[in-house]
Amino acid sequence: MIELSHIEKRFGDAVILKDISLSFPEGSVSALVGPSGGGKSTLLRCINLLEQPTAGSVRIGAESVDFAPGRKAPWQSIQKVRSQTGMVFQNFQLFPHRTAIENVMEGLLVVQKWSREKARARAMELLTKVGMEHKADAWPANLSGGQQQRVAIARALAPSPKVLLCDEPTSALDPELSAEVVDVLGTLAKEGTTMVMATHDLRLASQVANLVVFLEAGQVVEIGSAEQVFRNPVHERTRQFVSSINAAQTFSA
Amino acid sequence: MPHWLQLMIDSLPTLLWAGVKFTIPLTLLSFVLGLSLGLVTAVARLFGVWPVSAIARFYVWIIRGTPLLVQLFVIFYGLPSVGILLDAFTAALIGFTLNVGAYTSEIIRAAISSVPKGQWEAAYSTGMNWRQAMRRTILPQASRVSVPPLSNTFISLVKDTSLAAAITVPELFQSAQRIVATTYEPLILYIEAAIIYLALSSILSHLQSRLEFRFARYGGMLEANR
Repeated sequence: MIELSHIEKRFGDAVILKDISLSFPEGSVSALVGPSGGGKSTLLRCINLLEQPTAGSVRIGAESVDFAPGRKAPWQSIQKVRSQTGMVFQNFQLFPHRTAIENVMEGLLVVQKWSREKARARAMELLTKVGMEHKADAWPANLSGGQQQRVAIARALAPSPKVLLCDEPTSALDPELSAEVVDVLGTLAKEGTTMVMATHDLRLASQVANLVVFLEAGQVVEIGSAEQVFRNPVHERTRQFVSSINAAQTFSA
Repeated sequence: MPHWLQLMIDSLPTLLWAGVKFTIPLTLLSFVLGLSLGLVTAVARLFGVWPVSAIARFYVWIIRGTPLLVQLFVIFYGLPSVGILLDAFTAALIGFTLNVGAYTSEIIRAAISSVPKGQWEAAYSTGMNWRQAMRRTILPQASRVSVPPLSNTFISLVKDTSLAAAITVPELFQSAQRIVATTYEPLILYIEAAIIYLALSSILSHLQSRLEFRFARYGGMLEANR
């Protein structure tokens, strides 16, 4: 269970997120959608505290941190909340100086202090899950974007996080490569992995997510099932947005 | 055998010995110590709180802004006036270390800054703290880009150690000077010294290429070159 209460994020005078309260139940897959600059990435990064909210609180499972203006949250509690999460980035961000399997093992070795054999076995299991076991010893530079992203998903899952956060996981990929990533994420969703993703890939959101949150100008405009938000949006603004991406994807398809 | 060749051969053991006993140890020691100092200085400038980063900046400013020879003279001939007496080798070692530290700190600072911010975030996301991220993720990538400029510093250093002759360290160049004083053959002896320096720096250049080759593997360049 992930709970965001009254999250506010400012950069100087600019308000990026305004009083957002959301909760994501265990096993749910949620998509944050909305126009660029609407705050979906920032909100996602507030969950693992790569971005620290100006005010509000973040709770994941038993761990929580409170934020208030002018007060620094203790890094131990930030670390505790963050360790409940795994993150997948738009441009993969694999460690280029480590092979695919070493990327997956890294957190297990350095943070969890596992033995090499145990970490290797776990990493291999995850690489198999994302269909990358045949490239275990490849360098990231020699993998396609889709392959890199699948390794990145395995890396994020390595320490068995409570939630997998995906920041535009398919946006840097062409449609064919993004399909392999959508497949992997879909499988994880079916297995009950809790996920929150920021995306403007309608295929990803509609195939994988069961909860859709439409954000604009730092506020939640509409929340509902994927079916409801994409087919019968309540708000006029959501309707416009959905029809614009529908049109764009029809042309590109 | 021509006279000049005979003289070169006769003086070679003396010069080489001076190189092995002073030039090479002075170079290696001051590079290793200087590199550590450079790393600390770079981290202080990038991440230090105000007084720490200011001290680091001040140190780099002083060392880069004054001639190395003057620094060596201050340490060896100047410091005894305030009661700090150092033997020539130690004085040279301190001088070169401070120098290498200042120059390499700028190289390391640039190299650390060149690692994309996303790599920090990826490291943090796998649960690492700042130290772990620095050691496991950032520095290995920064090392790769800093090999060419650090090699530059290293090669300059080999040659700069000849300045230690001026503060009485009996290194390679000073040995050549001594032989000149008795043989009156400056052209032959100084060319010979130059050749030995050239050989030393050529070895280092070769090591640099090997190191770059090693680092190239993860850039996918090895496969591309095959």
